[in-house]
Amino acid sequence: MTATRKERLTISISAALAFAFGIVPTASAMHIMEGYLPPVHCIVWGVVCVPFLIAGYISLKKTLNRDRKLITILAMAGAFIFVISSLKIPSVTGSCSHMTGTGLGAILFGPSSVSILGIIVLLFQAILLAHGGLTTLGANTFSMAIAGPFVAYGIYRLALALKGNKKVAIFLAATIGDVFTYCVTSFQLAIAYPSEVGGVMASFLKFLGVFAPTQLPLAVVEGILTVVIVFGLESYAKPEMISLGFMKRRNDEETMEETAIAEMEACDEE
Amino acid sequence: MKNNNKRTVIILLIIAAVIIIVPLVVLKGAQFGGSDDAGSKMVSQVNNGSYTPWFTPVIEKLTGGTLPSEMETLLFCIQTAIGTAIIFFFLGRFYERKKLARAKIAETKKKRESNDSSR
Repeated sequence: MTATRKERLTISISAALAFAFGIVPTASAMHIMEGYLPPVHCIVWGVVCVPFLIAGYISLKKTLNRDRKLITILAMAGAFIFVISSLKIPSVTGSCSHMTGTGLGAILFGPSSVSILGIIVLLFQAILLAHGGLTTLGANTFSMAIAGPFVAYGIYRLALALKGNKKVAIFLAATIGDVFTYCVTSFQLAIAYPSEVGGVMASFLKFLGVFAPTQLPLAVVEGILTVVIVFGLESYAKPEMISLGFMKRRNDEETMEETAIAEMEACDEE
Repeated sequence: MKNNNKRTVIILLIIAAVIIIVPLVVLKGAQFGGSDDAGSKMVSQVNNGSYTPWFTPVIEKLTGGTLPSEMETLLFCIQTAIGTAIIFFFLGRFYERKKLARAKIAETKKKRESNDSSR
């Protein structure tokens, strides 16, 4: 994989930007509240995110260079995170939480691409909603936009390799990715605040005890919603799904449909 | 969308709605506070009952205090609205596009057939 000059330049710029976000403790995120992580942790988590963000940027650029019209699907995947993570939903424990919505993007565009989409949402929420925080942006990006999507993508691939049903694979990927995000959040809080008795592990279990029972039913809802949106995309955005390698052409009719759409779009551009 | 898929989608949405509504009905009088806040409380607990965040959210600095809950609701609504608008704008376009493509295919087929018969 050789990078072009322009690519290398963008990598360095994004690296510098990401580094700045990680270093300056005025960057923010989603689940861990503003000011609740010690500065050193904020910086470390921020720096950890940098390579993923760069990889995500390159991967997104490659995808879009290959097929420009995929930008609509990308916008939809980003919007899905936007919607899903803005909804606070009641759960069986009597408290509310929200979903992550990152599974869809991970499955369609690959896990690293989602880090870019995720950080945009996290920034919006941190600055405008006082939800998450600029200081905890690195930690929250890592849990929601990196760890969760990577696990979701892994589960999806694994389920497909085991010849599982595709819709079931998507459901499991989105659900487990969501739960895993909160496991990572618990871990991040635990290493910042190990309990006096039992250390990090005891603290981890305590935090997990707060998040996990609330999150489980919501994770199932997220899995369901992800499958629903995939149903919609599969029936109406076939050419894009085929281009993403998500679907295969099955018959002549589908090829004809694709050609017709391509012709119509060529007319639009003229 | 095939009828089969339509049915699956509707059933899935109903299940999702039930999962969300059941806790509301079953746990009467629960607070339904945010679990992010619950996490913050846990932090204070681990720290022997007190923890002062070392940084305040930007918006709280700008507005000089906690964001009024009505304003927070507004901002969350805007977020949801933006996202929903994007998703359904494109889905609507895809829907129409598919229809147009189908119509175009039918037209070309018809033309070809009439050409064949006139020959």
